[in-house]
Amino acid sequence: MKFTLHVWRQAGPTAAGAFSTYEATDISGDMSFLEMMDAVNESLIERGEQPVAFDHDCREGICGMCGMMINGIAHGPMRATATCQLFMRHFTDGDAIYIEPWRARAFPVIKDLVVDRSAFDRVIAAGGYITAPTGGARDANTILVSKSDADDAMDAAACIGCGACVAACPNGSASLFAGAKIAHLGVLPQGQAERRQRVLRMIAQMDEEAFGGCTWHGECHEACPKAISLDVIARMNGDYLRALWTTHEEKQEQGAG
Amino acid sequence: MSARLDARIPGGPIAEKWDRHKFEMKLVNPANKRKHTILVVGSGLAGASAAASRAALGYQGKCFCFQDSPRRAHSIAAQGGINAAKNYQNDGDSVYRLFYDTVKGGDFRSREANVYRLAQTSLNIIDQCVAQGVPFAREYGGLLANRSFGGAQVSRTFYARGQTGQQLLLGAYQALERQVGLGHLRMYPRTEMLDLVLIDGRARGIVVRDLVTGEVTSHAADVVVLATGGYGNVFYLSTNAKGSNCTAIWRAYKRGAGFANPCFTQIHPTCIPQSGEHQSKLTLMSESLRNDGRVWVPKQKGDARPPNQIPEAERDYYLERKYPSFGNLSPRDIASRAAKEVCDEGRGVGPGGRGVYLDFADAIKRLGEHTIRERYGNLFEMYERITAENPYRVPMRIYPAVHYTMGGLWVDYNLMSTIPGLHVAGEANFSDHGANRLGASALMQGLADGYFVIPYTVGDYIGSTKLERVDASHPAFTDAERAVSERTATLLAIEGKRTVDSFHRELGKVMWDYCGMARNETGLTHALEIIPQIRDEFWRNVDVPGSAAELNQALEKAGRVADFLELGELICRDALERRESCGAHFREEFETPDGEALRDDAHFSHVAVWQYRGENQTPERLEEPLEFENVHLSQRSYK
Ligand SMILES: Cc1cc2nc3c(=O)[nH]c(=O)nc-3n(C[C@H](O)[C@H](O)[C@H](O)COP(=O)(O)OP(=O)(O)OC[C@H]3O[C@@H](n4cnc5c(N)ncnc54)[C@H](O)[C@@H]3O)c2cc1C
Repeated sequence: MKFTLHVWRQAGPTAAGAFSTYEATDISGDMSFLEMMDAVNESLIERGEQPVAFDHDCREGICGMCGMMINGIAHGPMRATATCQLFMRHFTDGDAIYIEPWRARAFPVIKDLVVDRSAFDRVIAAGGYITAPTGGARDANTILVSKSDADDAMDAAACIGCGACVAACPNGSASLFAGAKIAHLGVLPQGQAERRQRVLRMIAQMDEEAFGGCTWHGECHEACPKAISLDVIARMNGDYLRALWTTHEEKQEQGAG
Repeated sequence: MSARLDARIPGGPIAEKWDRHKFEMKLVNPANKRKHTILVVGSGLAGASAAASRAALGYQGKCFCFQDSPRRAHSIAAQGGINAAKNYQNDGDSVYRLFYDTVKGGDFRSREANVYRLAQTSLNIIDQCVAQGVPFAREYGGLLANRSFGGAQVSRTFYARGQTGQQLLLGAYQALERQVGLGHLRMYPRTEMLDLVLIDGRARGIVVRDLVTGEVTSHAADVVVLATGGYGNVFYLSTNAKGSNCTAIWRAYKRGAGFANPCFTQIHPTCIPQSGEHQSKLTLMSESLRNDGRVWVPKQKGDARPPNQIPEAERDYYLERKYPSFGNLSPRDIASRAAKEVCDEGRGVGPGGRGVYLDFADAIKRLGEHTIRERYGNLFEMYERITAENPYRVPMRIYPAVHYTMGGLWVDYNLMSTIPGLHVAGEANFSDHGANRLGASALMQGLADGYFVIPYTVGDYIGSTKLERVDASHPAFTDAERAVSERTATLLAIEGKRTVDSFHRELGKVMWDYCGMARNETGLTHALEIIPQIRDEFWRNVDVPGSAAELNQALEKAGRVADFLELGELICRDALERRESCGAHFREEFETPDGEALRDDAHFSHVAVWQYRGENQTPERLEEPLEFENVHLSQRSYK
């Protein structure tokens, strides 16, 4: 197969970017999208040009490192599929394909298709965890979790942190990402003690980063390679309201002797 | 035993060694912990759990990874599960049985004391992970669910759908990010370690390159922990991530750390076969599939009929036939070799004849499609996405692929390498799995090392060692930085005609052909001749575009492939010198009359440890003898 690629090239964060056009030839349908990009890069290097920088690692759809806008759609045309799991057999021979980086204020471009998603790590650092110091845990089977709660937690926990939700959202909101973590930890009994703090802190951090607000377009769910449900956002909003009403200032610890 | 290889195994009965050792360790005064800096290179299960646990103890911590976030370490891709001797199923499991299975599964080439500790700590791991909110699979009553996995006859594997590694890593990552948020730990993503720095014979820091700006800097410390994963990508095609590499441990080796059993590389039996030359990696289909899938090939050579037209009587369920008691659940090395054998006989299926069927028709008939979907839905989907075939209708096609490296830097009982102050955790070290790793035990080992061993043993090292203060202005750092920058400049200046990938593929093919599932003296000798030639051409004719002062992925790859080109040679050398078959290391000259691995305990019941002696010098081969006081040496039999 043969494709005409229009690829966003940008030398650095402050450089102006533009599309460059490349022909991808001899592409087999069994190649993944990234293998097609590999082939293009090999030929660019052989011609003395700079290869296209793009993030990728596991190529099994789980590490969340890869991601590009393909013809304007985050991770391309297949539903619930990360870019590395998209195969060229889903394109038509001769297609023109537009390839761009995630476009979002909170994800500045580093180079070509590579963006900075460190804001996600900071949102987790703000509260996306259960405090459980190493060594002090009680026997695992003393905590009962109903199968349906465990399943709900797992559905939300499947998020791979790729950022497609933010890239797809007209507001650049990270609500699906944050909601997924809040839902995962919030349905489990272990996650209750910090439930209120967690949502307040994570949302405060999202606001501090350059993410936008959620106005229920639902594009995030459409783009999500793990098809995380919009329910997690509803749940986050519910937790948030409840936390606002019920959270009091933390009491000072008193050291008596 | 060589003085350099004192394994420091504590005395006493095996079940008491670890407790006794913990009691005898030196403690560090809480107020002093702040004054000590610990570097952790790697943020996979081993690195993230170590970094989070130690920051929580009050040490100054820094953690490094080459991906854009610590959550992306390749541990994320583990599918099947994690073992623990909880005996929740009351099916006869115990710490002792897990210990026994692991020593036997490793074909008696691991250290008993380490393995016993691993089995002991497995209990704490599950507790720790559940406390963090890891959503393990549950029974309807709310208790944890288990399954049996890869060569185990008890159900001791805990799992989170087909994404166990992801969920365990996210648990460790969240604990790590919590420490980052509290200001106890600094995380350096998109940062690659390129050298280890020694002062007065001790590991005192690292040199790194910022992968975004290209800046080369140093970090000084009291302890360095390498948790940089496995080196399976030396074969080019493997189930590892594209970025997985040997650079950190290789540079440490060249600074004097012994490299143990490099030739012990695991080839996993259930991967999706290669579809063409363009292939950039191979995808694992979790071994858990063998719980319900049956492996077969046609009895007749060259039988090209579609699988559903081959009648039962003309199928060879070869694992069930050869290993009636373990059948489709035979350990990985055995299942892989058996697949190679039937394909070599011309009975392989699919393009190129390099594949065997993994068939779910019987399981679907017995349990219904719904149950199969519940158990393996995401794996079936992944398979269909890659191959465009529906495994609910037609059997999967699978073939072995490089998956895991049991070899790695040599460590003592404290997980310290031959360089004082350099500790090694997770897949990067050689410990625990001997010549073959059992399924669901790498996740266990990574977390045991990181949560429960390293935090103690590093404290003991700091508490019992007088460490002068050093900082990155020390000449040892500036010299190492200069060497790193010069090497980068050299790579960029070659401006040859071939891409880095083309060299990597060429090396991979040599490794696979001569040092893969079956090895022999002629092949290995040949590989030892051609690898230096490839390396030579690499340094004359590679083309690395771009500059050093920017994000330059071709340059990153070039540095890693340069190291693989050296490691590949060491692997072949080790395979040549180990004149026996054991576990994953199968030498065709050494097999039993019925084709099984023939160990030579009289001469090879030891860890082979390679010591670097300088550029173009043959490294020295040292031995750490292995003693088996609890599990009696016997021929592994899964018949
Ligand atoms: C597809 C697949 C499935 C698996 N399934 C299972 C399973 O079901 N059960 C099981 O027990 N095991 C499984 N394994 C094995 C297991 O996942 C790994 O052995 C284990 O996760 C390795 O963890 P680690 O922490 O040692 O390394 P990794 O998770 O690989 O982490 C390595 C870290 O080191 C960093 N790093 C590497 N080099 C450098 C450098 N030079 N500078 C800076 N940072 C560096 C990386 O950025 C990364 O953070 C599987 C493996 C694969 C590949």
